[in-house]
Amino acid sequence: MMYEVENETMPREELETLQLKRLQYLVEKLYHNVPFYREKFNERGLKPEHVKSLKDLQYLPFTAKQDLRNNYPYGLFASPKENIVRIHASSGTTGKATVVGYTQRDVDTWARLMARCLMAAGGSRQDMVHNAYGYGLFTGGLGMHYGAEKLGATIMPFSGGGTRRQVMLMKDFGSTILCSTPSYAIKLYETILASGMTPEDLKLRIGIFGAEPWSEGMRQEIQSKLGLKAYDIYGLSEIMGPGVAIECKEAQNGLHIWEDHFIPEIIDPETCEVLPMGATGELVITTITKEGIPLIRYRTRDITALNPVPCKCGRTHIRMERIKGRSDDMLIIRGVNVFPSQIESILLDTHGLTSHYQLIIRRQGSMDTLEAQVEVDEKLFSDKIKHLQKIEAKIQKDIKEFLGITAKVSLVEPQSIERSQGKAKRVIDLR
Amino acid sequence: MKVEQISVFLENRAGRLGEVTRLLAEAGINIRALSLADTSDFGILRLIVTDHEKAKKVLKEGGFTVGRTNVVAAEVEDKPGGLHHILDVLSKNEVNVEYMYAFVQQSGKNAVLIFRFDRTDQAIEVLQKNGVRIIPGKEIYSI
Repeated sequence: MMYEVENETMPREELETLQLKRLQYLVEKLYHNVPFYREKFNERGLKPEHVKSLKDLQYLPFTAKQDLRNNYPYGLFASPKENIVRIHASSGTTGKATVVGYTQRDVDTWARLMARCLMAAGGSRQDMVHNAYGYGLFTGGLGMHYGAEKLGATIMPFSGGGTRRQVMLMKDFGSTILCSTPSYAIKLYETILASGMTPEDLKLRIGIFGAEPWSEGMRQEIQSKLGLKAYDIYGLSEIMGPGVAIECKEAQNGLHIWEDHFIPEIIDPETCEVLPMGATGELVITTITKEGIPLIRYRTRDITALNPVPCKCGRTHIRMERIKGRSDDMLIIRGVNVFPSQIESILLDTHGLTSHYQLIIRRQGSMDTLEAQVEVDEKLFSDKIKHLQKIEAKIQKDIKEFLGITAKVSLVEPQSIERSQGKAKRVIDLR
Repeated sequence: MKVEQISVFLENRAGRLGEVTRLLAEAGINIRALSLADTSDFGILRLIVTDHEKAKKVLKEGGFTVGRTNVVAAEVEDKPGGLHHILDVLSKNEVNVEYMYAFVQQSGKNAVLIFRFDRTDQAIEVLQKNGVRIIPGKEIYSI
């Protein structure tokens, strides 16, 4: 079943004509409305009318996460403020969050694309959608929410936390679709067992999992444990939020990117050259219908490959492989994006500490844990226990406040953090 | 009238305390008094030694984080009520004790109490006014 059959099965030629038309309009609009893009175009001697075919996209400038930060908060918005109806933001230390804005049309488009995703995964109006993505400035919760409503399914906005209660209500309410991070799905499974139930007591049949990297092995594990079909969904707040791409029920192999709204490219993250079809590299996306904050060639930093082979589901939109990694040092921990530099800035800006630090990520049972080890130098040290404990507690509180994630903070002796060529290894990912 | 105390940050791992004593032993430094305060994952070792400058140097070279603090050594008769008398005096004068530890002198007649105060000078004044003998640093290092 498809939510928008005509759009989702549009013949390639027609789809590409539509993409070009939308791209040309976008470039024209950004050139005249967003000083950041006008300057970038002028630097390259580019004019909107130079975009004559989709191939010309490769000559356009990239947009990076840092560009959003440099233009914080609204500098890249392409619509007047009064037309913006919603703001979302990604985690970040003060003043460094990436902020995105949506017009009413953007919010509607997002809901429609999410409805497409739900239906591509086999969902319908009959479904009870258990939404365990976080609600708030994070796009996960509300993105899924409006999509399920648009589809006409029943949305249950659980958000994160209160796992035992979620499990109880999952049974009582008859949830059929579970939307969460894959690690939370396993945590739910463990809690189901701990509550004296089995997945057979529930009506779950579909799982839509995303917001953190997961493997094919983890899919098999979740499917057999929870007795449902698990689908990978992709999105990022800068581009829209969840619902940029999803796996279809028929193939369950690769995520269809909604190409009537997004143009994907794969580049070499070092040289920034566009790679040939099928090659693995960094995913770059141009949003061609967004009004609030449309972006040209946004560098997602996610590593994947595109697959142009027509899909047996009948959708003509290209598929991307499951995300293989990152081309920067961003960590995804329980669905939260964490950059080591954010922790560094908490230590330095908030506490005046220039100490060495290291982040250790472990998978304990089903959940990822973050430990921040901070070396105790003379500036930090005190002969009083309570003073050191206060520092630990304060750093933990600041990490929670700025990044929205609970970290264990451990004080360690100097030089206990491994250094290679004088540079400390900042991250040890044991997952 | 103050005594130099060095403090060392220790992770709660096997062998860390032994590493400190090894470094001090090799440098020919004698430990006069010590106390170890610990939490679930780290500890602070506080030491009074014969040569604090040298101790600090060898420990720093050994990779430890070392701090220096002024503490006060008070002498008390080694008999019931000795410590209580001092704490009573401090409490009546509203002097707060951050932490303390004690050791008995080799001669066996007197005990030595090591105090860490927030307001050290005021504490010394209060103790002396009430007839408590404050042992100078030099005397402690060479006991």
